[in-house]
Formats: sequence, C-alpha cells, structure tokens
Amino acid sequence: MSDVLVDVRDLKQHFPIRTGFMKTTPLKAVDGVSFTINKGETLGLVGESGCGKTTVGRTLLHLYEPTAGEIYFDGELVTKKNIGTMRKKMQMVFQDPYSSLDPRMTVEDIIGEPLDVHKLYSNKKERREKILELMNYVGLNSEHATRYAHEFSGGQRQRIGIARALAVDPQFIVCDEPVSALDVSIQAQVINMFEDLQAKLGVAYLFIAHDLLVVHHISKRIAVMYLGKIVEMADADDLNNNPLHPYTQSLLSAVPIPDPDIARSRQRIILEGDVPSPLRMPTGCPFRTRCQYATEQCAAECPSLTDRGNGHMSACFNK
Amino acid sequence: MSNKENNLPKKSILSAQIDLSKFTLATAEEKAQQDVMSESTTFFKDGMRRLFKNPLAVLSIILLSVIIITIIVAPMIVPYGYEEMLSIDGKRDKGAKNLAPFEYSQAEQEYIENGGERFPHILGTDEQCRDYFIRVIYGTRVSLVVGLFASIIVLIIGLIYGSISGYLGGKVDLIMMRIVDIIYALPDMLIIILLSVVLNEVLVFPSGTILAELGTNMISIFIVFGLLYWVSMARLIRGQILSIKENEYILAARSIGAKPGRIIKKHIIPNCLSVIIISVALQIPSAIFTESYLSFIGLGVKAPMPSLGSLANAARGGIMTYPYKLVFPAIMICLIVLSLNLLGDGLRDAFDPKLKR
Repeated sequence: MSDVLVDVRDLKQHFPIRTGFMKTTPLKAVDGVSFTINKGETLGLVGESGCGKTTVGRTLLHLYEPTAGEIYFDGELVTKKNIGTMRKKMQMVFQDPYSSLDPRMTVEDIIGEPLDVHKLYSNKKERREKILELMNYVGLNSEHATRYAHEFSGGQRQRIGIARALAVDPQFIVCDEPVSALDVSIQAQVINMFEDLQAKLGVAYLFIAHDLLVVHHISKRIAVMYLGKIVEMADADDLNNNPLHPYTQSLLSAVPIPDPDIARSRQRIILEGDVPSPLRMPTGCPFRTRCQYATEQCAAECPSLTDRGNGHMSACFNK
Repeated sequence: MSNKENNLPKKSILSAQIDLSKFTLATAEEKAQQDVMSESTTFFKDGMRRLFKNPLAVLSIILLSVIIITIIVAPMIVPYGYEEMLSIDGKRDKGAKNLAPFEYSQAEQEYIENGGERFPHILGTDEQCRDYFIRVIYGTRVSLVVGLFASIIVLIIGLIYGSISGYLGGKVDLIMMRIVDIIYALPDMLIIILLSVVLNEVLVFPSGTILAELGTNMISIFIVFGLLYWVSMARLIRGQILSIKENEYILAARSIGAKPGRIIKKHIIPNCLSVIIISVALQIPSAIFTESYLSFIGLGVKAPMPSLGSLANAARGGIMTYPYKLVFPAIMICLIVLSLNLLGDGLRDAFDPKLKR
C-alpha cells in the first residue's frame, strides 16, 4: 500500500533497571510491536496502566532511543540523525495538560515555540498571525494569547497543547491519553475537535487511551496491548463486536454500559491475579498467568500476531 | 396553570421535562460573566506583590536604597578624597589628626574665623589626617562591589556547572558532583591565604588600570570565590534542574525538536529563577563578610583604598581612645549584611509557592 504513513516493525524498548549492585535487568516496556498507520487514519492503542502504550508513543518520536526495531515514516527510516527534520512531520499531544505546558510562558510563546525552533516564519507579524490562526483552529480566543497556562481550565490547556502540536503542520500526531485527565463533557469536546482537525487537515493519529469507548469512537482500527506486546489488532467495529483474544474479551466485558438492564444481563469476565511484573515476564504467552484458556503450549512458546481473516489479527493459540 | 402552558406529552409521571421555548439565549454580557478567569499576573509580579507585603523585607529594601544612594551621592558633596590628607590653602594641616566627629582642628578654626568655609568632618579624621566619613563611604562602596561581583562570579560558574550536571545526568552528573565534593572538602580560609600569597608574587598589573587600583589581594579574593564558593550554588541549581527536568513540558519541548541549549535557557532556567534570585541575595552578605575578615587580617584591598574590614582593623590600635572608629565601619557591615539577609529571607518567602498565604 502506498498510503502507509507510519510503519513500525518489531519495535523494542528495554530500560535497564538496577536490581542489585553492578547488576541490571532489562525492563521490557515494549517487546516486539509492529503496526502500520495509513495517511489520515487513526489507530487506537488501548491497554491497562503500565503495559507500554505511552512508551510506544514516545519511542515513535525518538524521545527514547529504541532498543531494536525500525520505524519508517512515509517510506523513510527514522534515525537519530534525521529526527530533527522528522519532528516537523510528527508531533505529540501529552496526557497531563497541567504539567505539559511551561508555567513561565505565555500561550503565544508556547504555541510559537515549534515555529521558533524550526524557523517557520520570516518576521514577527507572520509569527503572530500563524499563532492566532492556530488558536482559532482549536477554539481559543485571540485575547488569550498573552495569558499564562495556569489561567486556563484543563480543556483549554489541552487545546493549547494541541495547537502547539499542530504548529509545524504535521502529518502524524501521537495523542498520548489526551483526554484521560479531563472530565467527561470536556472529553467529548476535545475528541470532536480531534475528529474535525483530522477531516480538515488530514492528519493521522496514534490515539493512546485506556478507555475503550473513547478509542472506539475516534479510531478506524484498534490495537490492544498487554505487557509490551500487541495481543489483538482489528477494525474498531470488528474488535468491538467480535473480540478474539481472551484479554480483549475481558476488557470489553468491563466497559460500563449506561443501561442497567443490559448491564445486569451480560457476563463479566473477571481476570484473576495481577499483571506480572515486566521485570519477571512469564515464559511463552505473557497473558497465560491470567488466562482461563491457558494450555501447556501457551507456557512453552509465545503466540505471534496472526491474521484470523478480514485483517483481524490476534496473538492467541486458541482463537 | 403551568401544565397548560407546557403542552408536552408526559412520558412518565416522575420525569422532569423542560420546555425549551421558555429559554432565551444568553446575551454577550452574560456570557462574559461566565468566562471567569483568574487575574492575569505573572509569577514574578505575584512574588513581588507578596514581597512588598512583608514589612521586614520592605524595611531592608529601604535601608539598602538609602545606603546605595549615600555611597553614590556623598563623594560628590563631601569635598575630601579618601586618600587626601587634609590641607588648608595648599598647606598641610598637621593638627587635623584623630579629630572627634564634627570637631575642627586649630588651623581650620582660624580659617573659619577669617571668613573661610570648611566642610565638617562628620565622623572626624584618622591618624593620617584623612576625613573618616569619606573613608567609610568608600569602604562601603568597596565592600558592596566585592559582594556583588563575587556573587555574580559564583552565580555564573555555579549556574553553568549545575545546569550541565543536572541536565545531562547519569555518569556526567556523577563525575561532576564528585569534583564538587572534593572542592567542598577543601579548607577555604587556608586556600584564600595561600592563594593571596602566591598571587601577590605572580600577578603584576600595569599601574593606572582598575586592576592595579584594586590590588592583587582583591583580585585573589575574586579568584578564590570563582574557584571555591560556586560549589554550593552548583549543587543547589543541579537539584532544582533534576526536579524540573522530569516535568512533561520538557519532554514536550524535546518532542518539538528543541535543542538542549534552548531547553535549558527557555524552560529550565526561568523555572528555577526564583531559587537563583534568593540564593544570590543570600550570597552577597556572605561575600561581604568574607571580604571584611580578609581585609581585617590584612589580606583585603590594598592601602590607601579602604574597605570596611581594613578600616575596622586600622581602628583596633586606638580602640581605647577612639572607639567610634571601630564602631562606624562595624555598624555599616552589620546594616548591609542584616538587610541583605532579611531581603533574601523575604524573597524566599515571596517566591516559594508552598509558603503562599
């Protein structure tokens, strides 16, 4: 396919953790993740806390140097050398709108910083015009330009963060749980804004979240992560209606349903035990310690992500 | 009656139904009222406002301003120089030795009786017939300048060293901080004395330049400050940067593509500025103190240039007969150090968000 924008192949990110004197153990935050994102498409990435979602996003932008694996952006391999120019095309929106904006900078300077770094303007007037245009895009008033970040509400702050990401006119934005710090009504506003911006500007998103409903709403395809691996990846509706991996099934069964009658009648799959420590990963399939279908084969070897028809990928021997 | 106006069919007895036609749109003014925002202040303005609420800090600011204005204006008004031996009509006035405050020598009294005008010796004169007031003024000048410059040297070195160490972290940080520990362990007084002895031999400045005027001892004080005293500043700034670096906005700046230099300059330094201001304000009195006791043991500024410490030292000889000569420079040191310390405390309280009231 020629319209593949981001192609991630077997990405690994291990952090050395000191476990004793002169001894380090690799923490496998991301362990062999592969996926592609097409131009103007949204891939949702879900999983519980600590499963490596955020690390995937940050490694994509080379905020962490990947341990192994390749990232191709628009057919070009992303390396340490060309990341400077790549950052004009890839941007990030952060989870916490409170700590991701510098408290000593005005909104104008925050949004203008990417313009300053990449020298995208020829004079002061052009810079200001661009900033006002960006603020207009994300629904901020132009009189807010001289204010400081702490004077805004969470939703407005997240808009500032989005405007900053849009400043370089990127083709791809990593959205690292951009709505999980916001309350529900603001979440809807911000998500709708993401969709509007995609329709207007044609940007592709990697939308990281732990809320399946939010991800299902915005994404075309969804990938489910567990302990540094993608366990299932499929079209959003397909995944929602017909989850194959037992982990996805249990996740979906935990999604709250607003109707108490239906909620009472459905069967919850309650997982037993805790997530294993990523420092001591189980052999074979990482999910086998909590999986009700686990067999001896699961302990012996790790299932790979294989196509179960119609582009529905799952990493499980049984399904 | 309200049921008749409300022509909606009831779905359920308990449901709360609202007739939308009863609502009107909010006017622009009402919308503006909803747009509640905190008053637009900067962190700096906010801190300053709190500083001026602190009576002790305000007092010390006033005191410092008075001292600074005095040391600038007084030499313009008083017609004597700090190294000038008093003379009348070109003739040396040998009687003007060790005068008490506001006392005139015999020759001066004759001169005044003959219709001449003579500026009073506000603090008397010293044993070399020099006006003591102007010497204290110049001594204060020297002490303040030394304090300020030594602090600036300490600030610059500590800031650069601390930010590099804190920002890079890891092994670089480890090595840089061990060097700091080693310097911290050196006995500073001993080094100062040794250095000024050595530098006295080595450093020779062409006469007439500012450096020669200050004397090698003064330069060696600066060098010693540059070599030794920056370590605590470097430690402080490193600690600040280590904590600021973990904030997401630093990561955001990196994801934008900002280089480390820009991140330090635009994000990290402004965010630890308050700590820097406070520690500089507290560094100045300590530098003045060091200069004073160095001058007191004879390692300070070169004569005839006075400093508060050397004035106090000179006054030691006649302490039983002329005690006021020790009291004046001592009071001056106390006032400067006290007001700078109070100002530093006030700044810390004003800029520490945890102490916000």
